[in-house]
Amino acid sequence: MDLYPLFNSLRIAGISTVMIFIIGIAAAYFVIRLPAVLKGVLDCLFTLPLVLPPTVVGYLLLRVLGPKHPVGAWFFEVFGIRLTMNWYSAVFATSVVIFPLMYRTARGAFESFDETLTQAGATLGLDRAYVFFRVMMPYCRTGIIAGTVLSFARALGEYGATTMIAGYTPGRTATISTTVYQLWRTDNDALAFKWVIINICISAVVLLMINLIESRNKK
Amino acid sequence: MALKVNIKKKYRDFLLDIKMMSTGRRIGILGASGSGKSLTLKSIAGLIKPDEGTVEYDGRVLFDHRKRINIRAEKRGAGYLFQNYALFPDMTVKGNINAALHGAQKQGRLSKDRPRDTDEILKGFGLFEIRDHMPAELSGGQKQRTALARVLVTNPDLLLLDEPFSAIDMHLRERLRTELIGMLDTYDKTVVFVSHDRDEIYQICDALILIDNGKVIAQGKTYDLFEQPETVSAARLTGCKNISRVIGVSKHRVKALDWNDIELVTDSVVTDDITHIGIRAHDFIPGMSGVNDIRCGVASVSRLPFEWYITLENGLWWKLERKHYDGRQEINLPEYVSISPERILLLKG
Repeated sequence: MDLYPLFNSLRIAGISTVMIFIIGIAAAYFVIRLPAVLKGVLDCLFTLPLVLPPTVVGYLLLRVLGPKHPVGAWFFEVFGIRLTMNWYSAVFATSVVIFPLMYRTARGAFESFDETLTQAGATLGLDRAYVFFRVMMPYCRTGIIAGTVLSFARALGEYGATTMIAGYTPGRTATISTTVYQLWRTDNDALAFKWVIINICISAVVLLMINLIESRNKK
Repeated sequence: MALKVNIKKKYRDFLLDIKMMSTGRRIGILGASGSGKSLTLKSIAGLIKPDEGTVEYDGRVLFDHRKRINIRAEKRGAGYLFQNYALFPDMTVKGNINAALHGAQKQGRLSKDRPRDTDEILKGFGLFEIRDHMPAELSGGQKQRTALARVLVTNPDLLLLDEPFSAIDMHLRERLRTELIGMLDTYDKTVVFVSHDRDEIYQICDALILIDNGKVIAQGKTYDLFEQPETVSAARLTGCKNISRVIGVSKHRVKALDWNDIELVTDSVVTDDITHIGIRAHDFIPGMSGVNDIRCGVASVSRLPFEWYITLENGLWWKLERKHYDGRQEINLPEYVSISPERILLLKG
């Protein structure tokens, strides 16, 4: 049994989770300080990928990153890199899909943060970075860790947008989810079932982790 | 070291419009909840930006809207003790003190003669035993001590205390207040203390600012303001229970319209602008004295553990400490009480 899809899925989910961890938290930190109207607009925009069908996300990504479209063409011309139909293409898809998850959990955590702690930091002469890393992040860790794990799990299971932008090439762009579909489509039920089991196991472990983190932090 | 605040800030249904100046060493800001006293304190600290005006302390401009000066809270050197103490919840007591030392060092505010070692500082504040505790594990008193130590190690030029006892149980309050006064003894710069509790303010502050509905209604020495509040709202804020509209009868005589038109003799001259008088509930003397005798009539008595509240026939409140009638559950009300003419507060509307 070729384990490439497992490796590729973990790689894609890992990279996009690390990226979105930073971008999502930064976006949340930025948005909570905005005036109400702008906040509402950006919040809507940032949450949109959560409710859109992944195929719509995939379509929009192709419209931007595809070889005949501006960003994709520019990259190909300057760096000789094709942004679609490569293993890393799936990173774009998973990143967009999990961004709202990370952003929303981080925003929720930050909104529950006691603002007087920021003020206390300021009156003690501490800069914002210190307060953010030493006070705010530890305070919000439960929500942020849960959001991160959830994002990773979702990235691992991403199918729709991934299949559109990265396709299915065995040994190159195949992920667990695309492999399951392909195996089922080609009547290789036994192997498809193995991958299904692997997927369920990984997801179960991830969810157990979330529960463990949350129950530990309640103490 | 004068503190001058002259600011305006508009909220949806509230206007903060504060003009105050004080050279007091312990300045109290007294007002009901929602009167804008905490907003005033936050404006001084730089945690709120007023729409217009100026804030000056000790000759230093902290905020000037016209000159576009707004020194950041980090740089103002104003220590702030928060109502809920705002200890960093994921740091130990020692961690909290270290964070403050870090901030003070960043701002170049560390005094040279302070102990080098955090443990020495902790010992100095009596926090050494609990240095490894998290804030959630501390009692109210320990939290206060940690928070105050955290502020004081930054060596602030000005100390702002925002209702430090409001979250504390009644029975602990007295002890914490005494402890706070003790800790502040060594602090020789200005302290601004915000509270809605007049006893606290009276105990701690030499200068007093009275705030009502976003505006300063009186300012001066604490003792003077309690003795002669001058306006009806100042009298109410300093705890005067009996206030009545009056008509001047002669230079030293008024008719109290809200107390069955009784006529009372006053020590001060009743000028034209006097519209009300006030009598503090504990200023009545039982029995007749020949001047300002008031008939008790059918009075109702409300019994508190250590004092009686007696409502006289004409609506006046009389507060009586119970020790006068030690151990007894019932009192024989005198037929009359009297009020000395100099204890009658002449008030403007």
